[in-house]
Amino acid sequence: MSELSVDHLLGIKYLKKEDIDLIFQTADHFKEVINRPIKKVPSLRDITIANLFFENSTRTRLSFELAEKRLSADVVNFSAASSSVKKGETLIDTVNNILSMKVDMVVMRHPNPGAGIFLSKHVGASIINAGDGAHEHPTQALLDSYSIREKLGEVTGKKVVIVGDILHSRVALSNILALKLQGAQVKVCGPYTLLPKHIKSLGVEVEPNLRKALQWCDVANMLRVQNERMEINYFPSTREYVQLFGLNKQLLDSLDKKIVIMHPGPINRGVEITSDVADSDQAIILDQVQNGVAVRMAVIYLLASKIKQQ
Amino acid sequence: MSQKVLLTSKEMNIILHRLACQLIENHNTFENSVIIGIQPRGVFLANRIYKILKEEYGISAVKMGQLDITFYRDDFRRSDKPLEANKTHIDFVVEDKRVIFIDDVLYTGRSIRAALTAVQSFGRPSEIELLTLIDRRFSRHLPIQPDYNGRQVDAINEEKVKVNWKENEGEDEVYLISNV
Repeated sequence: MSELSVDHLLGIKYLKKEDIDLIFQTADHFKEVINRPIKKVPSLRDITIANLFFENSTRTRLSFELAEKRLSADVVNFSAASSSVKKGETLIDTVNNILSMKVDMVVMRHPNPGAGIFLSKHVGASIINAGDGAHEHPTQALLDSYSIREKLGEVTGKKVVIVGDILHSRVALSNILALKLQGAQVKVCGPYTLLPKHIKSLGVEVEPNLRKALQWCDVANMLRVQNERMEINYFPSTREYVQLFGLNKQLLDSLDKKIVIMHPGPINRGVEITSDVADSDQAIILDQVQNGVAVRMAVIYLLASKIKQQ
Repeated sequence: MSQKVLLTSKEMNIILHRLACQLIENHNTFENSVIIGIQPRGVFLANRIYKILKEEYGISAVKMGQLDITFYRDDFRRSDKPLEANKTHIDFVVEDKRVIFIDDVLYTGRSIRAALTAVQSFGRPSEIELLTLIDRRFSRHLPIQPDYNGRQVDAINEEKVKVNWKENEGEDEVYLISNV
């Protein structure tokens, strides 16, 4: 297969296994490109991309912007804080106004789940979901799987545990869908209050004990506790959370195998993982960030190749 | 569909050796020269030339790379078929080097145009030359000509030149394929 089966990247849910394979093969080439003395190719010089961020982001936004610029696309940025959204403009109006300035693709982060899907039905541009509420964050899941593939050779058959705040995490849902699609085994680990009620319907197992979970897995993806999405207390104290679900060097060294540690960032050092774990040679956190640019270049390139020439 | 043999295995062998000798004439020991095969089909020819230079003429200093031009092509979103990328592998510096591009068939010249842009991402070569096995003359879209050439061919646009390699297709042969 040399073409994606979708016109937008709204979530991992809409992808096929072959789509993921194609994205990874293309990302391999872009990874080589971004390690050249001149890290840029002219493929997308006639494409304009708008980055619409209705929610805060540093890493994802920078990563997308770099990916777009390395493909030679024209980029316009928009953040909700300084826009007419504050004056009461609707999402469709905002986007249609931007599109009438001849924009071909929209990368959007939005606090509401399904915002990207809604938009894709009402406007005529390619949409990439850069995170919609606690729903999906497909490019993060793709770069996580890509990093596992790079480190361990393949994703199929690997055992991955996702630790922490699963309930508020779009990274968790997209990761579970992507890993299952590629034939990995997935467990989740965290306080019961932070696990969604029907998590087992996704085909994952729940392991409440962190040590047992780590002993079982090849890869541990440590998620951040998303305090900003919590209106009530989900656990008694941060101290208790750290004791039960925090990963420290002592625990990591006491395992009888070397597991791979991932984190989607931003890290709360000393909460979900300690500094010495985050900076250890088992952590591939910075590889994830580098791979993020290559994977996003692949997604943008493949979606752009489906935009009809006008 | 009919096909005609343009070059037999024996003729190809002679031409490959002649091309290698012409390269040596201009580049001596290849101290400051590198050869780069253009992906995908130029790589087979580059491998052959490389082997002949090394094994039959004892030129040990010659370096070879592979360059993929997919992301530099001028028909992105214009061709019906999606473009598929190949591996680029250049593990030396091209800055101030004499670069020799190697491709099997020179047709419109657009691939070479893309390669000229692509190679700039790896530095500024002091000079770039082009070696091709088959030159389809009178069909160029751009002012690009080979410096070393195996055989010139007059083929009309509906015809296709196909170069087969022993290591890939099981035989060394060049065909002119016509659909009429």
